[in-house]
Amino acid sequence: MGYYKVPISGHNRDDEGSKLGMWLFLFTEILLFGGLFLVYAIYRFKYFEEFRIIAEHMDITLGAANTVILITSSLTVALSITAMKKDQDNIAVLLLFITIALALAFMVNKFFEWNEHIHHGLVMGADLFNNLQHGEGMFLFLYYFMTGLHGLHVVVGAIILAIVIAKIINGKITKDNYTFHENGGLYWHLVDLIWIYLFPLFYLLH
Amino acid sequence: MDSHAIDSNLNFYEAKRGLFSWIFTLDHKRIALLYLYSISLFFLVGVALGFLMRLELFSPGGQVMDPRTYNQVFTFHGVIMIFLVIIPSIPAVFGNFFLPIMIGTDDVALPRLNLFSWWLYIIGALMALGTLMFGNGPADTGWTFYAPYSVTSDTNVSMLLLAAFVLGFSSILTGLNFIVTIHRLRAPQMPWFKMPLFAWGLYATAWIQLLATPIVGITLLMVVMERTFGIGLFDPALGGDPVLYQHLFWIYSHPVVYVMILPAMGIVSEVIPTSAQRTIFGYKAIALSSMAIAFLGYFVWGHHMFTSGMSDEARVVFSFITFLVAIPTAIKVFNWIATLYKGSIYITPNLLWSTAFIFNFLIGGLTGLINGALAADVHVHDTTYIVAHFHYTMFGGTIFVFLGALHYWFPKIWGRMYNQKLAYWALGFTFVGFNILYGAMLTVGVKGMPRRYYDYLPQFEFLNKVATVGSWILILGILLMIYNLIRSARKGEIAPRNPWNGVTLEWQVPSPPPLHNFDRPFILSENGPYDFSLLEKINEVEQKPLDH
Repeated sequence: MGYYKVPISGHNRDDEGSKLGMWLFLFTEILLFGGLFLVYAIYRFKYFEEFRIIAEHMDITLGAANTVILITSSLTVALSITAMKKDQDNIAVLLLFITIALALAFMVNKFFEWNEHIHHGLVMGADLFNNLQHGEGMFLFLYYFMTGLHGLHVVVGAIILAIVIAKIINGKITKDNYTFHENGGLYWHLVDLIWIYLFPLFYLLH
Repeated sequence: MDSHAIDSNLNFYEAKRGLFSWIFTLDHKRIALLYLYSISLFFLVGVALGFLMRLELFSPGGQVMDPRTYNQVFTFHGVIMIFLVIIPSIPAVFGNFFLPIMIGTDDVALPRLNLFSWWLYIIGALMALGTLMFGNGPADTGWTFYAPYSVTSDTNVSMLLLAAFVLGFSSILTGLNFIVTIHRLRAPQMPWFKMPLFAWGLYATAWIQLLATPIVGITLLMVVMERTFGIGLFDPALGGDPVLYQHLFWIYSHPVVYVMILPAMGIVSEVIPTSAQRTIFGYKAIALSSMAIAFLGYFVWGHHMFTSGMSDEARVVFSFITFLVAIPTAIKVFNWIATLYKGSIYITPNLLWSTAFIFNFLIGGLTGLINGALAADVHVHDTTYIVAHFHYTMFGGTIFVFLGALHYWFPKIWGRMYNQKLAYWALGFTFVGFNILYGAMLTVGVKGMPRRYYDYLPQFEFLNKVATVGSWILILGILLMIYNLIRSARKGEIAPRNPWNGVTLEWQVPSPPPLHNFDRPFILSENGPYDFSLLEKINEVEQKPLDH
């Protein structure tokens, strides 16, 4: 006893569909950050001078290091997809591990950076912060909000890449079926891309 | 035979059993019903809160609650009705159930994501309900969470904001799923302009859900941060900009009213051809006007803020674009009327719900033009006129179609017919009660009664009493309808495949459908989805079931 199998079934594997879904999701992520970029632009316009002054406290070296780290990690994730396409599972897994290690390095840098600011009292609630100009406080608030939300995305991205590793090891991602791997890579590139905009806005413009 | 092999004599209820087979199901039809039951529950809560508000306004002065509670009641009513009922209602229930069937496939493109959306919905709902128990009581800010009061209110605003954030995420994922489904899973013989119009409505809706919701998500998070750190983003006392909040809020929240109405318009475009037994008039115009409304809807948010402080240039532009939205809307209405004209009309409760929608939406839409005009808006803004206006569109529009769709697809979903006589009575009470309630509110608003007020001047008493009596009739109608539908779902006559003589694909599958939707190849016309010359061929199936 059977049923009529429709010509185009939702239960079939559909790589194009999965990728379309991922791209649409990336749009929503960009719009999510877009709201924050908009608020940044508005307050930068309003408090131009104060944004400029407080930005001098940012650690360009750490920021630049993190930029290099993320761009490198984007490279490794792209290479791992290429390795997967060529059926070189071990290299793909190795490259993914490197990517996750870079993500970790990014977060460690971030931790020291935030720690340093908090230590100096450049954080909401501290006495020094309360004596800052409103625009300076706004800059720091947006800095914590935007890099914090971005950091959250780094963590989520790393978890997704860890799942990719597990799936490769279990044989669920193969040379002929690597859409999940590609989608994980897409997400990771987005994380990288957002940082590439955050870096100049918070570190370089002063 | 593959692992999906299921006896097609079993319907999707019988294919699997047990609680877990429901709450962890990947079947789009079951997920639709999960949504339906949860949404209906919250709808009744929202109705009860509305009932209480009307009781309070029966006479001037305090009646049944204190002012703070009143503020919390209208806030909770708004949040429940907007975020938990209207936004998910038609897409999540009827979109989930019928979109895959109508485009000739067996599920949505991303079934696991679909289930995840429902779980997010439940988590968001629980968070919203949690504000009743945790913190300093539920929010009293109004569902728009306007700053600075949402920043300074001592009630549990933050949790409600986070709930709305989670619900927004759920809505995004549903929209995403539908876009992928429509792009990837249409039957081979179904190009874009042969899709049923409900699918077009959902497609336009899905894009709004996808592109507008993230903005409100991040805005609500900003308010949470503002409440936590007191930084002065939106609170003018701290140097923030409250109008900025309004901009960010309405950039989403205006497009989202089209999330609420476009799928409803799609359903009306299904019910009317079936009822008139002829093809829809102006198929392409209706399909493209959905997209036009979705597009224009992004550029009109400023009309919520005509009196909040904007440059005259901005106000004129927003006002002008607002008027433009009326054009694609009117295109739809004229096409529906033209479809009925000289059709062989079968009057059913389905059709009457749809015509009631057209009537209500006409009032809702035309009163909207008055708000859209700058000079008139100064007079009517923040009065009960506005409240009545959007209830005419949202309740008289979307919810009426939702209830109408419940009748139209009732035989398909539950496999039984409902009691038509009771259905007419229920519709009659609902329609009359609705118009008394909101007609009175429109009138008293024009006379100057402010919205969201706990108390009012004696000269508004008569119309407020009329409105409250209207609310009783309305609720009577809704309860009668629920009684009728629940009873019929259990005891009604067994429904045939095609009780209304429709020709879209959902009428070619058994009622209720089997797990994989289709038990035989479906019939599609080259002349589009509403080709009634196929009706005989489609209905032949009923007479001679396939030999298994």
